[in-house]
Amino acid sequence: MSNKTGVQIKKKKQRNKIIELGIITTLVIIMAIILPSIIPAFRLRLIGRFLSLAIVALGIDLIWGYTGLLSLGHGIFFALGGYALAMHLNLQIPEGQIPDFFNLYGVKELPWVWQPFYSLPITILALVIVPGIAAGLIGYLVFRNRIKGVYFSILTQAALLVFYNFFNGQQKIINGTNGLKTDSSRIFDLVVSSAGVQRTFYIITVISLVLIYLLCRWLTSGRFGRLLIAIRDDETRVRFSGYDPTGYKVLVFAISGAIAGIAGALYTVQTGIITPSIMEVAFSIEMVIWVAVGGRGTLIGAILGTMLVRLGQTFLSESFPEIWLFFQGALFLIVVTVLPDGIVGWWTSYGWDKLRSLLGLKPSLITYPSLVEDPDVQQERKEMSEQ
Amino acid sequence: MSKILEIEDLTVSFDGFKALNNLNFSMNAGELRVIIGPNGAGKTTFLDVITGKVQPTKGRVLFKGRNIKKIPEFKIARMGIGRKFQTPRVYLNLTVRDNLDLVSNQNKNVLSTLFGRANNNETRTVGGLLETIGLDTKANLSASLLSHGEKQRLEIGMLVAQSPDLLLVDEPAAGLTDEETENVGALLLSLAQSHSIIAIEHDMEFVRQIANDKVTVLHQGALLCEGKMDEVQNDPRVIEVYLGETPD
Amino acid sequence: MSTLIEGLFNGFSIGSVLLIAALGLAIVFGLMGVINLAHGELMMLGAYATFVVQNIFKPLGEPWFSLYIIVAIPIAFIVSAIVGLILERGAIRFLYGRPLETLLATWGISLILRQFVRSVNWLLFISIGVFSLLFFGGMELIKRRSDWERIKNKVTALLLVLSGGIAIAFYSILSNNLALTKAWFSTRNVDVTAPAWLRGGTDAFGFQIPYVRLFIIVLTILCLIGVYWFLQRSTWGLKIRAVTQNRTMSSCLGIPTAKVDALTFALGSGLAGIAGCAVSLLGSVGPNTGQNYIIDTFMVVVVGGVGNLLGTILAAMGIGVLNYLIGSGTLALMFTNIKAPQAVLDFFFFFATSSMAKVMVFALIITFLQIKPAGLFPQKGRTAEL
Repeated sequence: MSNKTGVQIKKKKQRNKIIELGIITTLVIIMAIILPSIIPAFRLRLIGRFLSLAIVALGIDLIWGYTGLLSLGHGIFFALGGYALAMHLNLQIPEGQIPDFFNLYGVKELPWVWQPFYSLPITILALVIVPGIAAGLIGYLVFRNRIKGVYFSILTQAALLVFYNFFNGQQKIINGTNGLKTDSSRIFDLVVSSAGVQRTFYIITVISLVLIYLLCRWLTSGRFGRLLIAIRDDETRVRFSGYDPTGYKVLVFAISGAIAGIAGALYTVQTGIITPSIMEVAFSIEMVIWVAVGGRGTLIGAILGTMLVRLGQTFLSESFPEIWLFFQGALFLIVVTVLPDGIVGWWTSYGWDKLRSLLGLKPSLITYPSLVEDPDVQQERKEMSEQ
Repeated sequence: MSKILEIEDLTVSFDGFKALNNLNFSMNAGELRVIIGPNGAGKTTFLDVITGKVQPTKGRVLFKGRNIKKIPEFKIARMGIGRKFQTPRVYLNLTVRDNLDLVSNQNKNVLSTLFGRANNNETRTVGGLLETIGLDTKANLSASLLSHGEKQRLEIGMLVAQSPDLLLVDEPAAGLTDEETENVGALLLSLAQSHSIIAIEHDMEFVRQIANDKVTVLHQGALLCEGKMDEVQNDPRVIEVYLGETPD
Repeated sequence: MSTLIEGLFNGFSIGSVLLIAALGLAIVFGLMGVINLAHGELMMLGAYATFVVQNIFKPLGEPWFSLYIIVAIPIAFIVSAIVGLILERGAIRFLYGRPLETLLATWGISLILRQFVRSVNWLLFISIGVFSLLFFGGMELIKRRSDWERIKNKVTALLLVLSGGIAIAFYSILSNNLALTKAWFSTRNVDVTAPAWLRGGTDAFGFQIPYVRLFIIVLTILCLIGVYWFLQRSTWGLKIRAVTQNRTMSSCLGIPTAKVDALTFALGSGLAGIAGCAVSLLGSVGPNTGQNYIIDTFMVVVVGGVGNLLGTILAAMGIGVLNYLIGSGTLALMFTNIKAPQAVLDFFFFFATSSMAKVMVFALIITFLQIKPAGLFPQKGRTAEL
């Protein structure tokens, strides 16, 4: 009996997979090929920025939606990735010179932290690995002591403030508050802000988003993903089942940090500058609300939420700059109280059925599988519908 | 017969309050031991110490001859101690099958969980267990949809999937109907054929059903008496702590 | 030596402000498991309340002006407590048992409060009044109907839209009236002048002790005594302690837990208001004032542990003193005096700014948590199940 339903479920899963793959391909074609040719360059840059933010949101969904760890400090990893790439771009100058801003502070020699960033491959590696390791380390120091929940959240927030202070205070190393500009730098002898380079970065962003989405799908679909959910639901039980939750939490937090690093790098080149202000407390909490709006634990919701909130923000903060904060504050309150499962969660649990009933379709019923197969029940149903 | 669990002079104190006081205890491999005792006797703390959740203040716990002091919980679990909690604790947002699959995973380190898939052996274990606990028709339902009794059975199934040598069961009959209680009792008895089990219970009917071996009575953190069920039942000290009076 | 004593003294006075703020936070956290990210904004409201009281007293001239601070402290307490009460009743009580969501919601509140002090004017004030009158008045009226449960959702939504619309219309009609739309506070920071008897200082131990800092330390001690007395000696304090330890049992015994929650939240918020009043004496006050203190306050709660006043006190003083000693360069200076090796000096001078001191203190906190993860005085006991 149960075998039959098992096969049915498998078939359905396969069909859904094909549908999903189709949707993704279509979206990629629209976003990466059609969109760049129809909208102006500055708008494209804006959308590119949103898409890179959607990448961080995926990372946050991984740790918050699936593992139940609310990080309020993802700005750290975002900034680390951004700074890594910005340092590389700032080093694209004639040999023997050092970036201009060093003159302001009387620094004559390139600080040692800059040295590895001459090479592009090392930079690309670093913008994934450095944030990943930073996240892993913070995670390890916190999780190994079983600090969790709200404590973890406010510790990440404090860590964020610490990094913010550190980057602001170190003028002689990374130009302090002024940050690093990337627009006028050159990459492969092309100016970074030129339309062609920006379009390339845009396409890279779209591809990265898809790849990272697939990575997250893979991570969350198998045993590993189920274990993450298990940790979220009942960590003690996981421990008594013979798993060490610390290792899993550290790994998933590190992955999430690395994802934020990639996002930060892509965001930086499409903004033109990175400053420590990217590590302001507000920005990191905003990242969480994107996921909350879309629906946590759904991945697609993270992307959707980011795009919606950022588009709304662009529109509203242009039209009502003074009271924009009211809107944002209200958004936090409303999402948490009225829409706790986000848009995607609402859609799957309520909206879809509502739409079906509007279209005059029967609502889909979930019952015990044994009921579906029980001939008596079937007979009864038939009689009921005939009456 | 070899001892699976030996406890010597165990004392656990919280801020001076002794939850367990110089407790000595031992049980043989393959035994089903029932532990009873009035509230505050230290039954749950007893399990906490064995599973590594609480560290002993004094004394030691030997599992299969090995001292488990300072070994983290997950390693103790891997050594072969499984624990069922008082209220059923299953992963509500996973399906019944996934619940069992997670526990049956033989290699529980991070990387093999990430890259590994269930092998045939594990799939078969899960399938067999689903039948044993009578939940095979609900295998693909999320565990949050199960009734209280079904959750109890699922959790016992998860324990078995872990294939431990020693099962610790904390009040398995709490909150169950008479019929369900009897089911759980039968399940425990059948498990006892291949596992060592410590069961903590309040329900005397249930204790009578499952106590074929020895029964241990705890009182105020120490061992009060130990023996067959009918011996224990007629022991004047036991009657005193349970009823608060000495028989004439 | 006197530099060290001076450093310690200044550290204590910083720690005192942290302590008043953290007390409120810790009590609320212990009771409801809620960390209030808007706690800093409640401090900020207390500081603005002090500013308003000062402005009211200014035209009265001396000797009245000297006394304004005495009036300002209870006013700050009451203003913040009322706002806290509204927040608890209006939003936070719906989120109990979901601490992470509460963090997000309180962040939203914090954004709204910050914008509120920037843009508040009579018109906005009246519009909010109109909205509340229409919405809550309407709700009260319709609640009496017998079929209330059935129409609840629809009516609430309808009423919300209606009264919101009317309030916005009201706002836009009158928005040309300059007298009404003049912002109460400028967007820049405002200054509170300490009364004459708090200016200056006294010489002792070879350095000057400012009266303001002494005043804040005394204020903190009074608050501590007050809170201790309230929690240990009053009936409501007993109820709060009961609910903190076992919510379900207390509820079964007839303690009105909802009332206890609201009261505790108001008390915690009120303490934030007093902290704000103290902060206003130390420097200028702006919408972001709260943000400067909030994370240190959180760290006090993390280090101090929950449910123990002594832990909070030690943690606040420790963090305050360390922050000051490292940040002001006192430590670096002391090591210079005892001719410590150059590497040690470089190390301490590297951290001798107030922002770098935070880096160092955070590193110390993380190290501390490796030894005592649950804070200074963790709650021990037989946890039946965790």
